[in-house]
Amino acid sequence: MRLGVLFSGGKDSTYACGRAMEMEEVVCLITVRPQNRESYMFHTPNIHWVRLQAEAAALPLIEVESEGIEEEELRDLARAVMLARDHHAIEGVVTGAILSVYQAARIQKICRDLDLWCFNPLWHTDEASYMQRLIDTGFHIIISGVFSAPFDESWLGKELDIRALRELSGFTRTHGITLTGEGGEYETFVLDAPFFEKRIQVEGASTEYHNYHGRYDITAARLVKK
Amino acid sequence: MILLVDLCNRTHPLSRDEFVLPIAHIVEKSGTTPVIRHYTQLSREDCEAASCSILCGTALKDNEFIHHLDEFQWLKEGRIPSLGICAGMQVMAKVFGGKIEQGDEIGMIMVRTVREDPLLEGKQEFSAYELHSFAPVPTDSFLVLAASSRCVQVIRHQSLPLYGVLFHPEVRNEWVVQRFLHLFMEGTD
Repeated sequence: MRLGVLFSGGKDSTYACGRAMEMEEVVCLITVRPQNRESYMFHTPNIHWVRLQAEAAALPLIEVESEGIEEEELRDLARAVMLARDHHAIEGVVTGAILSVYQAARIQKICRDLDLWCFNPLWHTDEASYMQRLIDTGFHIIISGVFSAPFDESWLGKELDIRALRELSGFTRTHGITLTGEGGEYETFVLDAPFFEKRIQVEGASTEYHNYHGRYDITAARLVKK
Repeated sequence: MILLVDLCNRTHPLSRDEFVLPIAHIVEKSGTTPVIRHYTQLSREDCEAASCSILCGTALKDNEFIHHLDEFQWLKEGRIPSLGICAGMQVMAKVFGGKIEQGDEIGMIMVRTVREDPLLEGKQEFSAYELHSFAPVPTDSFLVLAASSRCVQVIRHQSLPLYGVLFHPEVRNEWVVQRFLHLFMEGTD
C-alpha cells in the first residue's frame, strides 16, 4: 500500500514513518506549516527544516502553508493530503498520534472523506517502552521547544538520551507531564533515524526562553554522511 | 490464558499496533501476558487454553473480517467468555444472526446505559471514543446494555458469557476491559 506520512520532523511522526516503512511503501512525507506558533494541530518548532529531513530520508515532501487558525487548519491538512493523493497516488495516511483524540479524530474524518486508509502505529502505545525503543534503535533526537514547568533553559537543544529520559520520567511523577510530550509539554526534532540515508548536523541555533516556555530554533544545518 | 484475537486485514498489519497492542497493554497492566492470534490462525489448542478472549477492533476501512465469519463459529459454543470491541462486536452480532448497517461515528460521543449490568455498574452515562463505519443490529439473543444517540453501543448475550462494545475502550475507558477481566478471570483486579 502506498502511504503518505503526516510529518512534523518530531520523534513521533518520524518513528511512525519508520514503522510504516517496515510493512508498507512510504512514498511521501506530508507537512502542514502553520504560521501561527500556537497551532492546535501541528508541531511548529523548526518545521521549516523538514525539507532537510525529507532529503535525509530520500523521500519527496508535500508541503502546505496554513495560517494556523483552529478548524481552518483542517482544510489545509485535507488540501495537503489531497495533493499527496494526486501527486503520489497514496492509498493511506500515517500519523504519529499517541493520545490526542482531537488530532486523531480529525485526521480519521479527513481520511474517511477522501476514502483513504489511516494508520496510527503509536496509538495508545506503552509510552515508556516506546521512548526506550527510540533510544535503543538509534534515533538521534533533540528537544526543540519546552512549554511547561519544570523545564528550564538547559533543555533547549538537549539530546533525548537515556539520562534525559530518566529526568522526563521523574517529571511525569513530580509535574504530571506526559512522558512523550503528547500534552504539548515539549517538542522534539529528529537529527537522525534508522531509515535516514544521511544525518543532520546542526551548525547554528538560537534560543529564547521565558517562564518555562522556550524554543530552540535551528538557524543553520546540513546533511552529513552516516 | 487471555486470548487477544487480531481482526485486522493480514495484508495490512500496520493496524495491529493501533488496535491490538493497546488492548494487550491494558491486559498486561492487570498482571497477565495475553496471547495474540490472528483470527485466521486460531487453533483448537488456543481455544482450549483460553480462559477468556478479547476480539479487537480494526481500521475504519478494514471490514475484511466480516467476510470470514466461519472463522468465528467458536463464539457460538460460548465456552470462552469473550469481549468484542468494535469489529469484534460486529462479528458477535453477525455470528448470532444479526445485521450490520451503515452508521459511522468518529470521535468522542456520549454513551447512555439503558440496562443494569455488572460491566457498566455505576456508569449511567460516559463519554467514549468511536471509530466505525458500520453499526451492528443484534438479534434478541443479545440484551442491549447501552446506546448512543445513533446506535447500540454495548450488548450482552442472554445466556452466554459474551459482551460487545462498539466504542474503543482503550481510549479513556480502560475500565471496561479491566471489569470484563475481573468478571471472568480469577485473580485479576
